[in-house]
Amino acid sequence: MTIHQLSVFLENTTGTLVQVLRQLKKANVQLVAITIADTAEYGILRIVCAEPLRACEVLKEAGIAVAISDVFALELDNKPGCASDVIDLFSQAGISIAYVYTFLYGGKGILVFRTDNTELARKTIAENNLPFIAEDALAQWK
Amino acid sequence: MSRDEMSALQGKRLHKIVEYVYHNVPFYRHKLQEMDIRPDDIQTIEDIRKLPFTTKKDLRDNYPFGLQAAPQSEIIRVHASSGTTGNPTIVGYTRKDIGVWSECMARCLTAYGITRDDTFSVAYGYGLFTGGLGAHYGVEHLGASVIPAGTGNTEKHLKLIRDLGITGIACTPSYALYLAETMETMGIKKEDLKLRAGAFGAEPWTESMRKEIEDRLGLKGYNLYGLSEIMGPCVSYECQEQDGSHICEDHFYPEVINPVTLESLPNGQTGELVFTTLTKEGMPLLRYRTRDLCSLMPGQCGCGRTSIRMSRIEGRSDDMLIIRGINVFPSQVESVVLSMPEFAPRYMLVVDRVNNLDTLQVQVELRQEYFTATFDTPAAINELEKRLASKLKSVLSISAKVQLKAPGTIERSQGKSAHIIDKRKL
Amino acid sequence: MNIDSPYLHPEYETLSREEISKLQTERLQETVRRCAKVPFYERKFREMGIKAEDITSPQDVRKLPFTTKQDLRDTYPFGLAAVPLTDCVRLHSSSGTTGNPTVILHTKNDLDEWANQVARNLWMVGLRPDDVFQNSSGYGMFTGGLGFQYGAERMGMLTVPAAAGNSLRQIKFIKDFGTTAIHAVPSYLTRLYEVMQEQGVDPRRDTKLRVFAIGAEPHSEEQRQRIEKMFGVKAYNSFGMSEMCGPGVGFECQEQNGLHFWEDYYIVEIVNPETLEPVPDGEIGELVLTTLRREAMPLIRYRTRDLTRVLGRTCPCGRNHIRLDRMRGRSDDMMVLRGVNIFPIQIEKILMTFPELASNYLITLTTDNDNDNMTVEVELAEMFTDDYARLQSLTKSITRALKDEILLTPIVKLVPKGSLPVSEGKAVRVVDKRKVYQ
Repeated sequence: MTIHQLSVFLENTTGTLVQVLRQLKKANVQLVAITIADTAEYGILRIVCAEPLRACEVLKEAGIAVAISDVFALELDNKPGCASDVIDLFSQAGISIAYVYTFLYGGKGILVFRTDNTELARKTIAENNLPFIAEDALAQWK
Repeated sequence: MSRDEMSALQGKRLHKIVEYVYHNVPFYRHKLQEMDIRPDDIQTIEDIRKLPFTTKKDLRDNYPFGLQAAPQSEIIRVHASSGTTGNPTIVGYTRKDIGVWSECMARCLTAYGITRDDTFSVAYGYGLFTGGLGAHYGVEHLGASVIPAGTGNTEKHLKLIRDLGITGIACTPSYALYLAETMETMGIKKEDLKLRAGAFGAEPWTESMRKEIEDRLGLKGYNLYGLSEIMGPCVSYECQEQDGSHICEDHFYPEVINPVTLESLPNGQTGELVFTTLTKEGMPLLRYRTRDLCSLMPGQCGCGRTSIRMSRIEGRSDDMLIIRGINVFPSQVESVVLSMPEFAPRYMLVVDRVNNLDTLQVQVELRQEYFTATFDTPAAINELEKRLASKLKSVLSISAKVQLKAPGTIERSQGKSAHIIDKRKL
Repeated sequence: MNIDSPYLHPEYETLSREEISKLQTERLQETVRRCAKVPFYERKFREMGIKAEDITSPQDVRKLPFTTKQDLRDTYPFGLAAVPLTDCVRLHSSSGTTGNPTVILHTKNDLDEWANQVARNLWMVGLRPDDVFQNSSGYGMFTGGLGFQYGAERMGMLTVPAAAGNSLRQIKFIKDFGTTAIHAVPSYLTRLYEVMQEQGVDPRRDTKLRVFAIGAEPHSEEQRQRIEKMFGVKAYNSFGMSEMCGPGVGFECQEQNGLHFWEDYYIVEIVNPETLEPVPDGEIGELVLTTLRREAMPLIRYRTRDLTRVLGRTCPCGRNHIRLDRMRGRSDDMMVLRGVNIFPIQIEKILMTFPELASNYLITLTTDNDNDNMTVEVELAEMFTDDYARLQSLTKSITRALKDEILLTPIVKLVPKGSLPVSEGKAVRVVDKRKVYQ
């Protein structure tokens, strides 16, 4: 029910982002979404891509601090209010969202997020029949 | 006192102290026995060259009380300074030691022109560091009013300096410049203050810093030197001539040696400063190697004092840093970094001076295999930074700003200063 | 010093009530004479038509005027000095830059007597010269550091000026030096225990600790008992305030049934804070103290703003000095956190120097894992900036400015405008969730 996201530790200086992206380019990895959570000194780069496990190996070999995080990705209708309705379900279940970002894919809005309670989140998704993206679907985005 | 009288007194006291440590400190007894020296072999001050040296490592190996000569019940105070690794250096004082210390400190203050009519602010850190309590007891001994300002809360301190008409201050030279800086932002002019004399020490400073401090605070700035192993602030002091620091040599006998060959150097030549405590009861030390580089100055001072003078400290013969008056060794940082599996054994100490305050930044490399999914938010990284910062603080006694670096980004290099970037211009 | 005696100063500690009364009368007369040299008191005495000869019993203190913290501020810096400044050797000052600080002067004798009081207290709870005393209290202007340092040295104990914080080093010293007694604020001791547990140190097995002196911060009987159980150590309550000298004014004996206030040094009154009339024994009121020995700055009927009550005037320990209950609150809005006195106005003034902030703020005091914490929530003036790094650096600057003012590091939370409760009338600025005053 979750997908693999790459989390990369970056120092907040010129050139560190492109260094990572260059490695992925060389390995021909198809990116789907990227976002950065930044602070004054460093950032955490988050990447959704077609082959996360292979991408992770590529980055590790290049000596980059990278980890795989399991996050949820839900497919929403691209209409006002959809995100609110979904998040509300988690809120009512007492689940905190650690971070969230969205992107459009094939006319659908994709909502990526991590929670503080993975099990409860799984249950909530199942009970409400929410359309989620499974890990094996990522490969098809290549 | 004439030089001959001083030498005679020093010789007598040296004999006594050697006899004292021989009977009370097993460490010294063994050393002297190995070298086949008996206390009676030491009669004049020149005989000091027969005696063994003592190093910081000896203090560390005998932690905490191994070098103490007086029984525990006679010790009423301990101070601690940084050791090269986890264990600090511990110094115990008897009631008489505290008395000698206060008296020597009062001697320094008198040379600065401070009398019992003065109001004197002590802005060194109080506690285990000898700066605060050492200067404090000296001012009280002299009979002047002491304001135990401590460090920090600079605006309030300046307000008191102005409102109470404080005439003297003891602090690090960089803190004096920070006071000047803060005065400007508060709109206080030096004419509003009655400061006359400053006792500056606990970190190296230059003649140009002195000029700047004197200009901006409107006082005369004097050097104050000391180290906790020997006593604390009071070991040497400048007089009104501001030409070298007079050593309280009736209590602390100075030598300058070549740090490599350990041979004594003549006056005027720069080498490593070595002290022997002549009257100390709690923890007397023979020929303690300070690692400070300076020279003993030939000739007599214009002020009339006959005591020997030492030059400014010109450097160190080891890799110790002095940051905000606190001694910091790269090996201390290393011991912390090695104790946390998240970090590679590579680190860098970056020392700088911002707005006249020393800053220490410790850069450490994240270990690739320890960067896991639990670290994928800034909050988690912050937590790791805080954990490292608090460990560093507990070992170093000063706050360091921690900067996490990506794996492989800290250069590997070798040699003494491999782990230090000192951007201060001293 | 007689090591076997339970009293360090038997000549004072075991006085009968009548003898105390006689001594207090003489010393109060002296104090009035000394104060008559201070213009502030001289004018008041003249207006009220009082002379030293009018004092014939300690109760006559009621004929004298009160002194408040405001009086100290108004006469800043040296207006209440009763001796020339040349005779003063020490000055302490309250924290904060808001308004005039209070300044307390000491002569050499004052310091001597202060050390004697602290030494008497430490002796009373069973400490002797062969004990090792670790003073984990802040030094400098805060009187808890130097006060206990001088008192413990006076008694002849090995005294470790460990100062506050740095728990790992504190624990190392406790073990390596064989520390038997610690002075600290109670919340710090619980923190110390936590760190000991993390480090696998068992205070009963691995340390020689047997006595704590706790004070400078309100705490409950339950908290004391918790601390005693955690460490297997007796904890004694200490009362002091810089206006009187510092720590040493009152201290629990081994009965642990109230604090003995030393009546050879102070006259103790409990008054109704509204009417200023004395309240009967057992009833809670404001503690009012008159110094009997201080030379540099004698104070008459000083309103401490601390609320407490009289428990008794005799004690099985043989000391007939008045026993007071632990402090039960304040008659003003001062907060005491980790031994530091803080007024909300200090925080407000700092917050107002930041143009990024709106004027609504809320201070919350909590006890988390036995640590007392202060959280300052403040509304942002502009709705928002999406620059996380800027918000972070703003939070840091506010935290640093607050720390410079109140000497403690609060948790600063920036909140959107309009999200804090707005109260009708007098704004509620402080919410104290600590369980201290029961």
